[in-house]
Amino acid sequence: MRHALRLFWTGWLFNVKNLTMSGFFMLNAAILPIFYATIAYYMFRTGARPGSLLYASLGAGMMGIWSSTLFGSGGLIQWQRWQGTLEYVIGVPTPLILVVLPMTIATASIGLYSVGATLAWGWLIFDLPLHLAHPVWFAVALPAAVLSLGLLGLVLASTFVLLRNANSLSNLLEYPVWLVTGLLVGLSLLPGWTRPISWVLAPTWGIRGIREAAIGGDPVLAIAICLGLGLIYLVIGHYTLRYFERLARERATLALA
Amino acid sequence: MNSVRVFFIGGYLAYRALFNWIHWSIYVPTMLGGPMFQVLFFAYIGRYAKLRSDEFFVVGNAVAISAVGGIFGMAMTIGGERWTQTLSSILVTPANRLALFLGRALPNLVNGVIVSVFGFAAGWLLLDFSLKPIEIPVIALIVIVTSFACTAFGTMIGAFGLRGRDVFFFANLVIFVFLLFCGVNVPLDALPGWMQAIGRVLPLTHGIEAARQIAEGATLGDVSGLVWTEAGLGACYAALGYALLRYFEIDGRRRATLETI
Repeated sequence: MRHALRLFWTGWLFNVKNLTMSGFFMLNAAILPIFYATIAYYMFRTGARPGSLLYASLGAGMMGIWSSTLFGSGGLIQWQRWQGTLEYVIGVPTPLILVVLPMTIATASIGLYSVGATLAWGWLIFDLPLHLAHPVWFAVALPAAVLSLGLLGLVLASTFVLLRNANSLSNLLEYPVWLVTGLLVGLSLLPGWTRPISWVLAPTWGIRGIREAAIGGDPVLAIAICLGLGLIYLVIGHYTLRYFERLARERATLALA
Repeated sequence: MNSVRVFFIGGYLAYRALFNWIHWSIYVPTMLGGPMFQVLFFAYIGRYAKLRSDEFFVVGNAVAISAVGGIFGMAMTIGGERWTQTLSSILVTPANRLALFLGRALPNLVNGVIVSVFGFAAGWLLLDFSLKPIEIPVIALIVIVTSFACTAFGTMIGAFGLRGRDVFFFANLVIFVFLLFCGVNVPLDALPGWMQAIGRVLPLTHGIEAARQIAEGATLGDVSGLVWTEAGLGACYAALGYALLRYFEIDGRRRATLETI
């Protein structure tokens, strides 16, 4: 257990540092959410929702967490392949999930830059009031959302690798998930058939927990569902990762860059 | 005659060689699916914010997504040649540079138009948006002019690929600058004066404004000033892009940095 925790901490820290040095990830995590937040501020301010700036900031921040997870975790195993490190990752005696999990959690953690950037930007430029309704719950909701998205990243990492053009799938999935999980749009506006999709996606509950903690409401249920979904993703990710590993060994496609 | 061949055949071959996105399994999700969801995403935010009608967002985003192919395409054209170590082989040839670079721009311009048409079609199918048959050719003309202006701007960005290491970073950033400053989703007059001033000298702004006016019932004559401004801006960026390409080529030869990745 101690070994697993040490491995998690080292892997997480290394990958956070590694991703922080990447221009592409910092663009996605820290700069683009500011653009989205600014667009949303002006849209809400010019439209009929001028008091929704904190709502927009948090939504844009969560968009950044999803983008980091999607691009980071979705292409994770492929990148290990390109860098020639996948054989080592699989070859070590440690179970593969213990090596991959810190990486996917790290890609979601990078998204914390998004939340920080959009809140700071809103406060500096748009006089966004940073008063949190339930600061303690906010401090719980944010890591819960990151953890749950990181676990969703585990599912992405282990399923996208079976697809030949996973990167293009990542390009496709960015906007629709922002939309159906209600990051900047009330879910009641969307067609009814999108509702079940939103229920099984962690960003829906993650942003609900964060918003209810920040703006007001009862965030406990949303946080609990978010963490519960995370556990389900962990189980799915565990089996899909094992399946991928077995398939890659059987077909000798591990180093197929 | 040789320049015409370099323009058409060279441009076509370079596009086939450099862009893996022309395979349908990449093209559909990246160049059609992603932009289509962009149209839907902003239209729904518009509904939620009660800002404007679906038409405002469909026209704004469908014209704006023509920039994706133009900006990224040109950045990838230069950056891709450098990445695959073929840039020196191209630049050592005596081929006419204008034909060489403009030939590479043409497929990206056409791609921008295709993506934009798909965005309009998606808006028509999925949102509360329609065009009268008489408006379609005028909008098509505006999209072609706008796509030209964006591709010209992309040429300028691509030129920095002869000098800078990570031109894709800037290409990505430019797309979002356009999204914010060009009145794609926020009416231009709702932005601060300095942002409006920047928006007025960028491609897209006038094209989007013209397309919106046509969708509201104006004629080509009513928006000809906007269309000419967009075309003029495109010509200026094309000239600037070409000048920068030549400058960085000569400078790259002098410093021996053409192949530095």
